[in-house]
Amino acid sequence: MSAVIEARNVHFHYTPGVPVLSDITLTIGPGATAIIGQNGAGKSTFVRLLNGLLKPVSGTVLVNGVDTRTQTVASLARTVGLVFQNPADQLFKSRVIDEVMFGPLNLGFSRDEAETRAREALAQVGLKGVETRNPYDLGLAERKLVTIASVLAMGTSVIIPDEPTIAQDHAGVRRLGAIVDELAAAGRTVITITHDMNFVARHFRRVVVFGQGRVLADGDAASVFSRPDILHQTGLEAPQITRLAQALALGETPLTVEQFVVLVRRRLTGSS
Amino acid sequence: MAVVEVDNLRYRYPRQTTLALDGISFTAEAGEFVGIVGPNLSGKSTLCHALIGLVPHFYKGAIGGRVVVAGLDVHATPVAEMSRRVGLVFQNPFTQITGAKLTVYEEVAFGLEYTGVPREEMVPRIEEALRLLGLWELRDRSPFALSGGQMQRLAIASVLAMKPRVLVLDEPTSQLDPAGTREVFDAVAALCRQGITVIMAEHKIELLAEHANRLLVLHQGRLVADGTPRDVLTRAVRGELENEPAPAPPVTEAAAALGWTMPEGGFPVTLAEAVAVGRAVMAGDSEAKSR
Repeated sequence: MSAVIEARNVHFHYTPGVPVLSDITLTIGPGATAIIGQNGAGKSTFVRLLNGLLKPVSGTVLVNGVDTRTQTVASLARTVGLVFQNPADQLFKSRVIDEVMFGPLNLGFSRDEAETRAREALAQVGLKGVETRNPYDLGLAERKLVTIASVLAMGTSVIIPDEPTIAQDHAGVRRLGAIVDELAAAGRTVITITHDMNFVARHFRRVVVFGQGRVLADGDAASVFSRPDILHQTGLEAPQITRLAQALALGETPLTVEQFVVLVRRRLTGSS
Repeated sequence: MAVVEVDNLRYRYPRQTTLALDGISFTAEAGEFVGIVGPNLSGKSTLCHALIGLVPHFYKGAIGGRVVVAGLDVHATPVAEMSRRVGLVFQNPFTQITGAKLTVYEEVAFGLEYTGVPREEMVPRIEEALRLLGLWELRDRSPFALSGGQMQRLAIASVLAMKPRVLVLDEPTSQLDPAGTREVFDAVAALCRQGITVIMAEHKIELLAEHANRLLVLHQGRLVADGTPRDVLTRAVRGELENEPAPAPPVTEAAAALGWTMPEGGFPVTLAEAVAVGRAVMAGDSEAKSR
């Protein structure tokens, strides 16, 4: 796996003596990686180190092999697109279209190109007819989609949505899942922080579990979700369907309803 | 007697041409936990706001039908008066926290001070609310030094301290982690057992199926289903609800695909039910094979 993001022995604190991240060493390459863990585990802090908003207290963060300490946030923004958890931390324009065009314009695209990209990104997240609305007149779910579109429009090779599924309904979560699948298939690096385990199980190949500023587990989704002991340490549970398989002692770790059904049918028709 | 009575409620926001709520009727008894599900913009928040009178008193617009909550006709009662009987918890705790108080403790005291509750009654009510939401240890913190999850629990505690008869929550866990979400559901379920009627709009169907005794399904402002979680979710996985407005828990979908039904009919809606049905099927299967 080629390393797009490399964190080496990263330590971070906001207040000396109160560690937020302790000795994080992680290599992340193209594809979809989910970071899970309870509030306060250090997930959002970690991703802010990846786009240079924060710099490690000690240790190193490399993006495409370059130390983030040597780069400005503006130059890192060409590579790493971070979608904030709270839209209010990100949105500042009075029209949706201006908000989504802001990133591409900053990257040097012409107004026409920026507008084309913005419209494509809005269509991708399923927002129609909101171009001239004020983002703050939209509901939280749509406002989140505006922030995601704003980052998609920049076309960065690394995209980091922080809790994208907040307030989304079923259709919204499905659409976001499809976007993650497309980006991963296109060789982009998608790193998502989320509390939605069904979303993780369905769309993320790799899962990293954070707890109290450390990496508690790191592996493919099935191996991580087969460790209830570790998940429990950081207040998490495997997806409901995975827990059903575990309770029925099916011996494998299905991540979706479809996988579960296949597994049960095989078990019921197989010879004893 | 019903604590919440909604009869043919129709509502249109100002300058809109379509109805946000279109002929909604239902009642809820004391101690019921009613979950409201449906896609975004289906009217869930509007219905929540209609139960305390923000619709129509604050939002204006055109309203028809009747809403009676805790014996008060909502359309004829000021929101300030309604708020003594009905507590509303918003989706975003920042909307709810006053910003006028320096500690978690004082924040919970705010509503009580404002309504003139005597001090000797305030103190135990504040402590009870803080303990129920797991915030007692954090009582001296600034509300703005809390995590999102803690802040939402503070918002609920502030409302709880008012001892409402009806607690209305509009997607209260959308900003919380799984542990915080479970805490909120557990706390809310405990309030139901004390006789408070809970009305909660929420997308987390797995948890609603476990805790709510009733589900209302909204689609484009209309009530398209009203029944027990088993009844509503069984209909949902059978494709009997138009436009598939309500997703079912994964265990219900799996049970439907495998034909695993409950002894009383319908599909399991919680993990525990699915485990019980699944174990019975597996045991029956291995018995059949050993014969």
